[in-house]
Amino acid sequence: MADGQAAGQTILVVGGGISGLTTAVEAAEVGYNVLLVEKSPHFGGRVTQHNKYFPKLCSPTCGLEINYQRIKNNPRIRLMTLAEVEEISGSAGAYTARIRQSPRFVSQKCTACGECAKACQTEVANPYNFGLNKVKAIRHDHFMAFPSHYYMDPDFARTDEAKKLATICPVGAIEPDMQAVVIEEKVGSVVWATGWKPYDAEKIMPYGFGRFANVTTNMRFERMADRFGPTGGQIIRPSDGKEAKNIAFIQCAGSRDHNYLPFCSRICCLASMKQATYVRNAYPDAQVTIYYIDLRALDRYESFQKMVEGDQGVRWIKSKPARIDEDPKTGNPIVVGENTLTGVRYEEPYDLVVLATGMEPNSATSARVPMPDAHYDEYGFVVSAGGLFASGCSSQPNDVSGSVQSSTASALRAIQTVVHAKG
Amino acid sequence: METKIGCYICTGCGIGEALKVQSLEKIATKEQKIPVVKNHPFLCGDEGVALIRKDMESEGVNALVIVGCSHRVKSESFRLGTALMDRVDIRDKCLWVLDVPEGDKTAAEDRQMMAEDYVRLGCVKVKKMNDPKPFEATTPFSKDVLVVGAGIAGLTAALEVARTGYKVLLVEKEETLGGKVANMHKVSPARPPYNKLEDNPLPKLLAEVKGNSNIRIMNSTVVQKTVGAPGLFDVTLKNGSSTAQERVGSIIIATGYTAYDPNKLEKHLGYGSSPDVITSLEFEEMAKAGKIVRKSDGKPAKRVAFSLCAGQRDSSHLSYCSGACCVYSLKQALYVIENQPDASAYLIYQEVRTPGQMEDFYRKVQNEGGIFIKGDVKQVAANTTGLTLDVDDKLLRQNIKMDVDLLVLATGMETTVDTVDPNSASPVGTQVEELPGSVLNLHYRQGPGLPSLNGPFPDSHFICFPYETRRTGIYVAGPARRPMGIAATRTDAAGAALKAIQVVESVARGAAVHPRAGDLSYPSFREEGCTQCKRCTEECPFGAINEDAKGNPLFNPTRCRRCGTCMGACPQKIISFANYSVDMIGSMLKEVEIPEADEEKPRILVFACENDAIPALDMVGRSRTNPLSPYIRIIPLRCMGSMNLVWIADAMSKGYDGILLMGCRHGTDYQCHNVRGSALAEIRLSKVSETLTRLQLEADRVKMVEVNIMDAETLPQVINNFVAEIKELDPNPYKEF
Repeated sequence: MADGQAAGQTILVVGGGISGLTTAVEAAEVGYNVLLVEKSPHFGGRVTQHNKYFPKLCSPTCGLEINYQRIKNNPRIRLMTLAEVEEISGSAGAYTARIRQSPRFVSQKCTACGECAKACQTEVANPYNFGLNKVKAIRHDHFMAFPSHYYMDPDFARTDEAKKLATICPVGAIEPDMQAVVIEEKVGSVVWATGWKPYDAEKIMPYGFGRFANVTTNMRFERMADRFGPTGGQIIRPSDGKEAKNIAFIQCAGSRDHNYLPFCSRICCLASMKQATYVRNAYPDAQVTIYYIDLRALDRYESFQKMVEGDQGVRWIKSKPARIDEDPKTGNPIVVGENTLTGVRYEEPYDLVVLATGMEPNSATSARVPMPDAHYDEYGFVVSAGGLFASGCSSQPNDVSGSVQSSTASALRAIQTVVHAKG
Repeated sequence: METKIGCYICTGCGIGEALKVQSLEKIATKEQKIPVVKNHPFLCGDEGVALIRKDMESEGVNALVIVGCSHRVKSESFRLGTALMDRVDIRDKCLWVLDVPEGDKTAAEDRQMMAEDYVRLGCVKVKKMNDPKPFEATTPFSKDVLVVGAGIAGLTAALEVARTGYKVLLVEKEETLGGKVANMHKVSPARPPYNKLEDNPLPKLLAEVKGNSNIRIMNSTVVQKTVGAPGLFDVTLKNGSSTAQERVGSIIIATGYTAYDPNKLEKHLGYGSSPDVITSLEFEEMAKAGKIVRKSDGKPAKRVAFSLCAGQRDSSHLSYCSGACCVYSLKQALYVIENQPDASAYLIYQEVRTPGQMEDFYRKVQNEGGIFIKGDVKQVAANTTGLTLDVDDKLLRQNIKMDVDLLVLATGMETTVDTVDPNSASPVGTQVEELPGSVLNLHYRQGPGLPSLNGPFPDSHFICFPYETRRTGIYVAGPARRPMGIAATRTDAAGAALKAIQVVESVARGAAVHPRAGDLSYPSFREEGCTQCKRCTEECPFGAINEDAKGNPLFNPTRCRRCGTCMGACPQKIISFANYSVDMIGSMLKEVEIPEADEEKPRILVFACENDAIPALDMVGRSRTNPLSPYIRIIPLRCMGSMNLVWIADAMSKGYDGILLMGCRHGTDYQCHNVRGSALAEIRLSKVSETLTRLQLEADRVKMVEVNIMDAETLPQVINNFVAEIKELDPNPYKEF
């Protein structure tokens, strides 16, 4: 029943993170055509920035690799990177999507030999690592990047150096004059899987992120713990590069709070517990303190919480800290608040404070659904309707397992729309 | 059709400069007798690909040895319409992992030797490949889906499958459909704004299910036994005293949960001591009946306490959290207090777990005047005015006494799926006609239930692939899979519906499902060689192989995930795939040139799992910082589970000095894509010392290590240390023969 599909029976999946990848492979393996559109130069999305998954403490790359292999073996999936959907018109079963693909400045010819990056002199702040290190202006984001083709920053593409690099590429893949391409595609249904971004911690003024060097965020910490990250996996203080052994995690930093993100992002408690294991494994004499309101290790994750609770080096304080000060002499952040269980006020200095900031759906800001009748909840999560289905963290804050669950469901509903359009 | 192999060597990416390409060509032509051998400076480019295509069209080339980079890159260029292909990687895992200083002739020679060996391996591999023909059964495949259980999960799954155009057989053991949700008054919000109770979705859902012509409903019916495989399941259904057999393609288990038995709870929670201590489900029935009253005297219950986590997160009862009870109790608190100013609801909790937008619902209950107490119920006493609770209030830091009309215990969920401990030896199927307590009573060699991972959950890779069970074509939806509430269950059921449809479509194409999705190969065996040792039937991680009365394996290709564990297990070497066999790998490893002992160039064979170890090795190449020993020769395996011990003996007899096996992490938090592959390989290897002793070789010559896909930084050290250890030993004396 899946054979001989017309173009309009293609499923458009927007966002190539774990959710979009899942929807794409699951639908294609039933036998449907999928167009998978990703805004950045590589697939994998937010999870590629994670060092490990809770609760198994395994690498996200492992599961991604299976999905990439499935994609490579499946001719039903068409891939587009650096592409954004500008407009979707029509109705369920008969949409037209206008897609703009920004120039990569490196063509499909690229063999990922790396000669260009070796020769490139220009370095830029690395957005993949939240600017925590410098990176070549022509690159791929990490060794497991898929597709493996390199890409060039648009500003750099205009330089003379970029033109020079074009001449050294052994296969002539570098094209500094590459232009954006706009295409129109007929699709039957749309799955929105544009994921999330970390909540801007600078908005949480009392916690001093951005003012105090040794106050960081959970996502930055995740990059720091990665052996291939900006510090080579060393857990250190941004201010002086010293080992950070006395670390506080502040849960619900900006979450469950009407001034910032009113909802709970579901994953941050478990993420901090996971990060506590990074610290304790790195330094056996380290002390971790977790400030929390409620510990939300739902259902089977309970055993992970129990495991971390069994570590004497992890201290738990039920409290939402009032503010963070900085000791100007040492650069130590000082966490100030009241312990809810004891009623005792505290002022505790740490080497490093990690703010467990929440998820802000990209669909609230940079990835609005360009469809006239798209619905959102008050936080900007997409509400499925008609032939539009929200997947993963576009629908609600989700962990990986929940994202895969919802993305598999979206694959089915997208197929149903296509089936019914066919009549 | 005759196989005609073409070998194409890419000389780009520095290959042409670093290696003597003519020598590589000579190996392919003269030594390996490959009829068409060509090189091209940019093989993955349009011109290079056109060169191959032209030979396929006009020269009759239909099998390809592509020599260049890793198969993990440029795969789109080499999608050339033949399954008979090997990508020989002399770039990422040869050029890029070796340190060859300018002018170092020995190092350059070692590199050349490595590349030449890899060309040999690729040529032999393709010679030993046959084009896999999709499996066809003697009876027609069914694409119908069986859904077991007609609660909210089963009804949703059935409707989702039916809406996609497939036939559904929906089986419910009770007379009426609806399961636990039938007794629900209202449900917690599943759509914005997330602060309003929603009407019970069941009536509408039931009407849709009953009105859908693709769905056949069988109530008062249980599954007596399940025989067969995806596409070919023959299910015996029992209704009263009559039975019927149905053929289905796949199965969704949606049998829901059993509420934890409140009689097992500690006495201090008071269940059984007063009729006014009830469970959440009992309270829900009361609310649905429209009367929230004290059961003891029928008076209205205005003061209701909810004890969350009753018998949950507790090693004496359910060690896990059921995930949905906080939200469920909030809903019930609203029944008590919403628009009822004289009523109070007390929620006695350890943690309030309201993830995502459910935080709005939590706030709603707070705004309505719900009273939240962090603590535990210590004692319940019944008296004439109701119940008096002793509560240890952790925020007030004191014990408080509360008079309430009702105490509602939020007990947890236990799956209804019968599971099998994955770490126990495979039980011999005690195949009985009827097995009460077993959802499907699978007539499988490895037993009637579904293997679990860790605890009672019947899944296999719950982070990345939550629907995958270890019984192909059988998926579990809703709280039978993992504790969850109604909204999550409905999503879950839709996902399981997709998987159920996907497997029947894949089976019809003869293709494997996850993780080797699309693979057309499947195992076959030479029956006359079988000694009935039963290793294959016991070890298959997916329980795909049954046994006949004599103990011969009975393969079920549509249950098979193509990992090759059976092939690795077989001491008689009689199990093989069209494109993967004991003979193939054995022939490959024998093709490597082993230098004489006095050349002092040891040879170390590396068997690397292609799922994690091979990408990790590619990453070593890409990082180009930590070079590997030039003495290794890597042979990728589908899964370490497919490792046959005969290869170890063959390699030792051939003169390899050491063998390193790189498999995935095993144990509780396993990363093996095939669940048990690497664990089984390790067990097999524990017996290898016998082989080595027989050959009078040191046991240290063979070593297995766990490799994570992100181990690129540490992997060179692991490999090079092993090479150093082997160099400490004398050369393998079998080199001389």
